[in-house]
Amino acid sequence: MPNAQLSKPLSTAWLGIGMAAPAGLLLIILYALPLISLLVLSLTNYELGALDFQWTGTQNFQRAWADPVFVRSLKNTLLYMLIVIPGGVFFGLLVALLIHPRIRSRSFYEVIYFLPVTSSLIAMATVWQFLLHPKLGFVNAALKAMGFAEIAFISDPGWVIPSLALIGLWQMIGFNMIIYLAGLSQIPAEIYEAAAIDGMGAGWERFLRITWPMLTPTTLFVVITTSISAFKVFDTVLALTQGKSESEVILYAIYLEGFQYFKMGYAAALTLIFLALIVVASSLQLLKWDKKVHYA
Amino acid sequence: MKPKAAAFLSHSLLLCGALFMLLPFVWMFFTAIKAPSEIFEASMWPWPRTWFGFAHFQEVLKSAPMGRFMLNGVVVCAGILCVQLLVAIPAAYALAKLPFKGSEWLFLGILAALSVPIQVTALPLYMGLSWAGGLNTYFAQMAPFFLSMFAIFLLRQHFKTYPDEIIQAARIDGLTEWEIMWRLVAPAARPALAAFAVFSVVAHWNDLYWPMVVISATELAPPPLGMLLFATAESGANYGALMAGASLISLPMVIVFLLARKQFIQGITMTGFR
Repeated sequence: MPNAQLSKPLSTAWLGIGMAAPAGLLLIILYALPLISLLVLSLTNYELGALDFQWTGTQNFQRAWADPVFVRSLKNTLLYMLIVIPGGVFFGLLVALLIHPRIRSRSFYEVIYFLPVTSSLIAMATVWQFLLHPKLGFVNAALKAMGFAEIAFISDPGWVIPSLALIGLWQMIGFNMIIYLAGLSQIPAEIYEAAAIDGMGAGWERFLRITWPMLTPTTLFVVITTSISAFKVFDTVLALTQGKSESEVILYAIYLEGFQYFKMGYAAALTLIFLALIVVASSLQLLKWDKKVHYA
Repeated sequence: MKPKAAAFLSHSLLLCGALFMLLPFVWMFFTAIKAPSEIFEASMWPWPRTWFGFAHFQEVLKSAPMGRFMLNGVVVCAGILCVQLLVAIPAAYALAKLPFKGSEWLFLGILAALSVPIQVTALPLYMGLSWAGGLNTYFAQMAPFFLSMFAIFLLRQHFKTYPDEIIQAARIDGLTEWEIMWRLVAPAARPALAAFAVFSVVAHWNDLYWPMVVISATELAPPPLGMLLFATAESGANYGALMAGASLISLPMVIVFLLARKQFIQGITMTGFR
């Protein structure tokens, strides 16, 4: 091989292309082509099995804003987020702050609080449905024992989204706790020591002036992941209400249009709106790389 | 506040929260071993007063193929994980150590796809599978997850830190690039691989949306879909059997969690993309 020395870098590059080729191919088949198809579909009134379809321009999108089910699903998702985001941040941080200084009991609490994150949501949603049952459930039994009236958590349209949000919180607190514990362990101890020398107390003042500002990137991450999982709520709705008592959420509306009514064009338009919301939420993450966020 | 009092207060708060976290698990298990008459009393006391045994479990196992659901879950999770690793390890190695023209574009594409969840691509993928006659197969359940952008992203970070000198030395010793990757670089990233494996298995064991879209045959249903089919068939009245079913479905992941807690927590928290 006279040219072995010369051809070496070339063959390395070709090897790289060969090794990355399966991934590139799958990226095209599983992501690029489907996204293009969604875009094209969203401009048609195609229904699965139909022989014919028309180009309808942006009609599907205009229809979405006038569709009472879809608009309600957006409002429900927003209400869900208004409960779950502050609740997830507050309880995740509270539990992390309480667990962080514990030494012997730390792993005991970690296991218990993290358990819901790992469990199959559809199975646990079935359990929650039972717990929230107006006649047989634990929660109403507890309310009655304390002298309150019973609440139809699942069939009352005013209660159903808060109930779903409660289950969402139950499942995500452990996740947020772990993220906050990681954030807490990254705050340098010297900062607290320096503040103590400067006469800062150990309680509220220390939390407000050091811990909370230092945790800003962590909180941003928690808010983003919580928002994304709020956009993706589906299992609990399916298990608890099947969309009854006006409890539709975005994914449930998409699922109905696409996979129950087979209105592919309209479902594609709704899916693109869903994707836009997810992309906006995830792009907030870019702020995280900005170090200034600490002192914001 | 005195340290003793502070510790007491924090333990009481933590224990209250822990009770709330455990309530569904405790309730699920004790309802599953309670007599139907006691379930309908709706008392707040979880412990069964009379011994009822495991009749609800026998009922579930008789009326629904729980073993089959679990087996389907194992097949699907194992299949997905294997292909994910076979695709992601070479791709990550190429992106980290074998620069080629267009590798930045591939990496950008992977980063972009990272934020596209299955619920977005589900519609066209379903149409494609239905056109190809591939619905109701294990392949349909696994295929959308063959490419894990997250695995490539994570492994690329790890492979990058692997010293180039060792790779150069191995090349001089006559090892092929393929051997270097599988025998030297990939094993060095074992903790990351373990955490990713746990993350992948948990995500796909618990996934409901995609199986619901492509699977209508009971004998191919993974555990969550099986649970849903069983709950629908029971029409919600038989809580003893429902809770026994839920216990059976939840048990494997609880056991895995208790056994591999560290990898588990790492695997799930490495990413927000659950």
